[in-house]
Amino acid sequence: MISYLVTVVIFVAIAALVGLALNLQWGLAGLVNFGVSGFVALGAYAVAITAPHVGWLAAMAFAALMCAGLSMLLSLLTIRLEENYLAIVTIGFGEIVRILLLNEGWLTGGALGISGIPRPFAGMTPAGWGDGVILVFAVVLVTAAFAFSEALVRSPFGRVLRAVRDDPTVTAALGKPVLALRVRAFAVGGAIMGLAGALHAFFLTYIDPSQFTPIITAYAFMAVIAGGRGSNLGLILGAGSIMLILEATRFLKDIIPWIDGVQLSALRLGMIGVGIVLMLILRPQGLVAEPKRRYGEFFPKDAAGPAPNRALAEGGKA
Amino acid sequence: MEPFLDVRGLTRRYGGVAALDDCSVDLARGQVTGLIGPNGAGKTTLLNALTGLAKPDAGTVTFEGEDVTGLAAHRMAAKGVVRSFQIVRELGSLTVFETLLIAPPHQAGETLAGALLARPKWWAQERANAAEARRLLERVGLIKLADQPSGMLSGGQKKLLEVARALLMQPKLILLDEPGAGVSPPLREEIIRLVRELKAEGLSFGIVEHDMHLVEEVCDRVHVLAQGRALVSGTFAEATADPRVVDAYLGVAA
Repeated sequence: MISYLVTVVIFVAIAALVGLALNLQWGLAGLVNFGVSGFVALGAYAVAITAPHVGWLAAMAFAALMCAGLSMLLSLLTIRLEENYLAIVTIGFGEIVRILLLNEGWLTGGALGISGIPRPFAGMTPAGWGDGVILVFAVVLVTAAFAFSEALVRSPFGRVLRAVRDDPTVTAALGKPVLALRVRAFAVGGAIMGLAGALHAFFLTYIDPSQFTPIITAYAFMAVIAGGRGSNLGLILGAGSIMLILEATRFLKDIIPWIDGVQLSALRLGMIGVGIVLMLILRPQGLVAEPKRRYGEFFPKDAAGPAPNRALAEGGKA
Repeated sequence: MEPFLDVRGLTRRYGGVAALDDCSVDLARGQVTGLIGPNGAGKTTLLNALTGLAKPDAGTVTFEGEDVTGLAAHRMAAKGVVRSFQIVRELGSLTVFETLLIAPPHQAGETLAGALLARPKWWAQERANAAEARRLLERVGLIKLADQPSGMLSGGQKKLLEVARALLMQPKLILLDEPGAGVSPPLREEIIRLVRELKAEGLSFGIVEHDMHLVEEVCDRVHVLAQGRALVSGTFAEATADPRVVDAYLGVAA
């Protein structure tokens, strides 16, 4: 049971990392990325291939940098196209990654995948503590990524990304370098996705292409929508609740005798879908509204301050 | 004296249509210059070409003696040429206050490294900008709405917010695209008053407008555009008295 709970927490941690990354790219900067699973897979494979030779830390740095570099190139490629084309190109990217991993067997082991990936601190871990160490590792990683994203969202950089999302033309007319901002947001998101892949590889110590299906992308979008675009706190809650629903409903078949495993797994996905639709109708801003810089933060005792309108300002964002 | 903003032979085609056809106008420092003309005369295209949103096919734009033809939008803004939009394009998820905080140039916190590593620096800038934003919100009468999403303002309030935002960009020349369109009469008077005050403070304006009352009230000179060219230039009274202008607006009797 303990190892099952550890597994759930790690999966929540991976989903949270991927979600934080997508929240930067899409939630904040408005850049659609349907190739999330491709970036996660690349991160995982980069770590799996390099970690035995260079150690876990250098391998993770390599995974993050490689994913950042590829994200950068991908966003530059599509920059002359309409926004929707980024969605199409990223879908293509995800597919290319999957097929390459499957067919370049000399490097990736093909469909057999790569096994025996060394975990961080494996040499110093006493026997039986492996799960505990990776758990702490995952929590530290998510906390660091959260603090990093939160620092960005609440900075002028985050604000100007929101402006780019709302209207790139106006933002350019305001003197902001829209292209450079987009490329940076996409690259940082890609790096975090690479780290999520690294955590995935370290935890399972075995990876193959079938672990990186587009459902990872779908969960990430669900987490951002449920949590609220642009809000990291909401994202963590969203990713957590989606994983919780997915896992908790596994036990439905113990309660409802006439349901079998296949029906149940279909039903679980259906439930998430219904949940998202209800969410969009009833609370379109998500669980937590994105943070905004308030007038009162600078002029707390100002009588002219708009404090009575606070509820309206927060509820009115669609 | 060298001209402030000088446009020579500017041409911009969309397919077979020349929205700007060898258009030459100039805007003087410290003055309010009106750009008027019938629909389709090329006024908005001219504004777009002056602010980097449309690349001219031919011709030159000189600003303060420097060739700025075809410069990208954010580079033009950095030079001090700032614009508003005909149909107000607000940044819907930003509050009124944030819309102003985003405007000042050279913010240390707007780069990736700066946001993470230069916190004390950008917080200091942020405080200074906030004080400036507050002063402007008071000036245009939007202070009570500071924390509202800018998408919830009325049309006229959005135009005032746009002017306030433009002022925070350290502009030398403000180009307004139909500041009076879709604005209630009291707010239109407010905009006229604001433009006059700012002109007295030394700012230069270029104004595209259909409301002749507003043009007459604020413009020192006007250029009448028709079919992508400058037709007549002069004071408002001179321009409106010119028979060619009447022809351009009403069509020549056959």
